Amino acid sequence: MDFSFTEELQQLEDTVRRFVAKDYTFERRRAILASAEGWSREAWQQIADLGLLALNVPEAHGGLGGGPVDTLVVMNALGPGLPLEPYLASAVAATALLRDCPAQAGLMEKMAAGERIAVIADAEPHGVATLCRAAGTDFLLDGRKCVVAHAATADLLIVSAHLGDDLALFLVPRDAPGLALDSYPTLDGTHASEVRLDGVRLPAAARLEADGDALERALHIGLAALCAEAVGIMKATLDTTVDYLRTRRQFGQPIGRLQALQHRAADMLMHYEQAKSMSYLAAMRCTAQDARERRRALAAAKVTVNRAARFIGQQAVQLHGGMGMTDELIVSHWFKRLTAIELACGDSDTHLQHFIEASAYV
Amino acid sequence: MNLDFTDAENAFRAEVRAFVREQLPQAIRDKVANGLHLARKEHLQWQRLLFERGCWNCPGWPKAFGGPGWSPVEQYIFEEECALGGAPRLVPFGSKMVAPVIMQFGSPWQQQRFLPKILAAEEWWCQGYSEPGAGSDLASLRTRAVKKGDRYVVNGQKTWNTLGQHADWIFCLVRTDPEAKAQRGISFLLIDMKSPGITVRPILTLDGAHEVNEIWFEDVAVPAENLVGEENKGWTCAKFLLGFERSNIAGIGIAKRELARLKKIAAAETKHGKPLIGDPLFAARVAEIEIELMALEITNLRVLSAEAENKAPGPEASILKVKGTELQQAISELVLQAVGPYALPFGGAAPGPAHAANRAAQYLNLRKLSIYGGSNEIQKNIVAQMILEL
Repeated sequence: MDFSFTEELQQLEDTVRRFVAKDYTFERRRAILASAEGWSREAWQQIADLGLLALNVPEAHGGLGGGPVDTLVVMNALGPGLPLEPYLASAVAATALLRDCPAQAGLMEKMAAGERIAVIADAEPHGVATLCRAAGTDFLLDGRKCVVAHAATADLLIVSAHLGDDLALFLVPRDAPGLALDSYPTLDGTHASEVRLDGVRLPAAARLEADGDALERALHIGLAALCAEAVGIMKATLDTTVDYLRTRRQFGQPIGRLQALQHRAADMLMHYEQAKSMSYLAAMRCTAQDARERRRALAAAKVTVNRAARFIGQQAVQLHGGMGMTDELIVSHWFKRLTAIELACGDSDTHLQHFIEASAYV
Repeated sequence: MNLDFTDAENAFRAEVRAFVREQLPQAIRDKVANGLHLARKEHLQWQRLLFERGCWNCPGWPKAFGGPGWSPVEQYIFEEECALGGAPRLVPFGSKMVAPVIMQFGSPWQQQRFLPKILAAEEWWCQGYSEPGAGSDLASLRTRAVKKGDRYVVNGQKTWNTLGQHADWIFCLVRTDPEAKAQRGISFLLIDMKSPGITVRPILTLDGAHEVNEIWFEDVAVPAENLVGEENKGWTCAKFLLGFERSNIAGIGIAKRELARLKKIAAAETKHGKPLIGDPLFAARVAEIEIELMALEITNLRVLSAEAENKAPGPEASILKVKGTELQQAISELVLQAVGPYALPFGGAAPGPAHAANRAAQYLNLRKLSIYGGSNEIQKNIVAQMILEL
């Protein structure tokens, strides 16, 4: 048992924290948010220059060959900056999937350099109903994907579809004929899209070697990263709130002297510690071979993180009083991202159910 | 980063597990399983079996004092395996509370006189801390000790004394300087329970049990050599004691065992003709607890690991206490719910299934968890003030 981080990991964390503090300030983010694209190619290139896009790419393909613990450290540090760029979607989740596809080595090299962005487009309102038909040596895709984060930013979408009895995965250029995006901002400031696929014709080579199991593994790696991101934001939210309790004075004293508020802050810390513990579990188990063990751990982690995200986010707003309601403070933006995380990749009830199934209660 | 125990730790776990499986008397295991209170001789029987195995009854003791010299992680594994195997929780007042204080602050005479008998489970200790007017505000205690020649004369009243009816000795916080403010003027005194002037009166608790007592001291003479550390410096001992050996404060093993029992009961009980555990609402409640327990186990291991690196265990133990006791209480609530109406028969016939007997009493008894050892509200004060520096 070892909960320490190596010197290299600490350096990695410092690198990301410095980037957020210096190059991804709240002011800069605000400017990016107001821009037409809603994300910054320049910031993306900075992230690439730091080597962060290469982190999860195998060394054989020009990457750093990192794993979930490296990602945990990066997401912890990146989270508080509330990046509007698709780091998790492209550099963690999509990259994890492409690692299972030797034919996509070239694409991964480009992704590592920041020259290509790929995101997974899997979710649909009622489970995957997108269909794939063979047309000679080509494939035709028909269906609809919902609330695909960063789809408009991506050069390539990794689309899941039923092909006979298999769940197949296809690499679809965003500008492929027949593919249409309806894009919109979401509550955390990022953009998502409804993706319509109407007879999108793809060559046989567009089908990835990875299957449904590989997709689940990649989504689990993404989920662990999401938990780590949430924990990073929770820490920043907690620290900022405690600081406010120390400095804000009412009734002739700092409000942090009031026991009702002290206990609330203590509850926030306990939620944070529990979520942090489970983000470790998620990182350690997201690559487990045993699918049941992996599902159980990830589901438990997401439930814990969701509960903590809601409590800490809501209480941070509450304890900041009227100021917590303003757009001016970053606290409200952290709260919104925490809320989005709670709903992303399965809400608490969904994961509670996954946990019960994986634990074989009956 | 690695969440797994080492091979050596796993081997140690297997050794403890085998010992508990083979050596724990079945009658004791059954009582623990049913939440029944053990008799004095049953407590001692188990402690002596552990003692004979290699002083396992004093898991936190260093080798220098005859203990097993286990690391915090080994102590954690030991306590977890004992709990999972159905062993009773070790009565902490001797081996885990007064002993470390005597090791740290006691005179050579005190160490030779008291420690071997604690180790051999020959003398039973109890705690004299709380008073009717000094609970969470312990430093306001008023039991007086007046030095007269080579002895102290003690007058006052202690309360919430656990299992003092079985005890040979009591360690007490007493006021030796009434002029000094709060924490100053308190001393740490070891008192023979057979001393003339001591009266133990049972307090009957809501579950019908006699677990706690009031203790009255009327002109009780205590040899001055029984003072631990310096006069008026007893608060230092008290603080040390509170900070010592809190690695098991979360009670992870007990919670795991009781959760397993809850699932077993919920598998046997039915709702609409199907196992209760299959009911989505009930299963969700169980899952919430199980998930929180998973998280707390890792949080506990994180605290231990910091302790092993000689960073002070410190106020993080308060988090473990609050969450651990909340979990044990939540499990006992669900057990009651699972058992249903047959949880109601109390103190007389038990007409329900065997697993229903005594569950209400156990639920009621466990309300103590969030009150004793520093109430959960006090723990949150500690978290806010010591960790968050509010």
